Amino acid sequence: MIDTVTNIILLSMLVITALAIVRMDRLFAVVMLSGVFSLLSALLFVTLDAVDVAFTEAAVGAGISTVLLLSTIALTKPVEKRARHTALVPFIVVCVTGAALVYGTLDMPAFGDPNAPALTHVGPEYLARTPVDIDVPNAVTAILGSYRGFDTLGEAAVVFTAGIGVLLLLSGLRRRREDEEEDQA
Amino acid sequence: MIYHHLILRVVTKVLVGTIVLFALYVQFHGDFSPGGGFQAGVIMAVAFIIYGIVFGLRNVKRVFPEWLVHKLLALGVLIYAGTGIYSMFMGYDFLDYDALSPAYPTIGQHWGLLIIEFGVGVTVTGVMVAIYYAFAGRPPSISNEDW
Repeated sequence: MIDTVTNIILLSMLVITALAIVRMDRLFAVVMLSGVFSLLSALLFVTLDAVDVAFTEAAVGAGISTVLLLSTIALTKPVEKRARHTALVPFIVVCVTGAALVYGTLDMPAFGDPNAPALTHVGPEYLARTPVDIDVPNAVTAILGSYRGFDTLGEAAVVFTAGIGVLLLLSGLRRRREDEEEDQA
Repeated sequence: MIYHHLILRVVTKVLVGTIVLFALYVQFHGDFSPGGGFQAGVIMAVAFIIYGIVFGLRNVKRVFPEWLVHKLLALGVLIYAGTGIYSMFMGYDFLDYDALSPAYPTIGQHWGLLIIEFGVGVTVTGVMVAIYYAFAGRPPSISNEDW
């Protein structure tokens, strides 16, 4: 009961935040509201008992990306560019996509269904073997680090590649501009 | 030197140490509680970013120089992959942490998780701080009043 009330309140606050983001054209406020959006999603993950995901969402979504978006605004413009065409076609596309997604969820198992494929396939195996093989209380860490260590190595490599990409795009240009200034001087 | 934002500067000085401590807790307590290398790396980076926002890019680069950030970026992935290479040399599969303590496999698993989570944390800290430096290092195109 209390879970249902919490979920309804959090989801309606998510929708209100999303609508406010769409209505606004002052980008500073939009960035702040997207931080609020991330924090609300983190709370939703907590009510779903996915604390590791909630942790990441709060740290990355509400923390780092807010700072990075603000830095981006500082490099560009603080006000949204006015759209020159009508919003009718995008609106229809969004409605069709949303309807398709809702149609897709009709086949999904009910929330908390013990016979859902996610809970009957390899999940119980991992939960049963973690205390024997790894002996750490947090099964998420055991699965990510040990059973799926190769995937996590790939993720670390992806984060590394993303960092290198941003460095190449932003720092490289700055150095080139400094070189040009030196050439002119 | 800037002398405005007194409250922000005092609060930041108190907060930075606490944030670093919390990041280390999330990093090395990840086996027992929510969190791990990725979250800890982000929180650690936030400590440097908040310092940079309040005290300026020049000061944070004196604490955590750019060349060091760029080295850490690669070092983390090397620590992670190196653990896998080590276990291969010990005759086990790639990333099989039993190799770290063949007599007691669960102890080896604990060590392996700690080491690879540390590698992930180092890389994520490096990447987040490097991205922040890259963005903040460019001259802003709008003035303070335009926000």
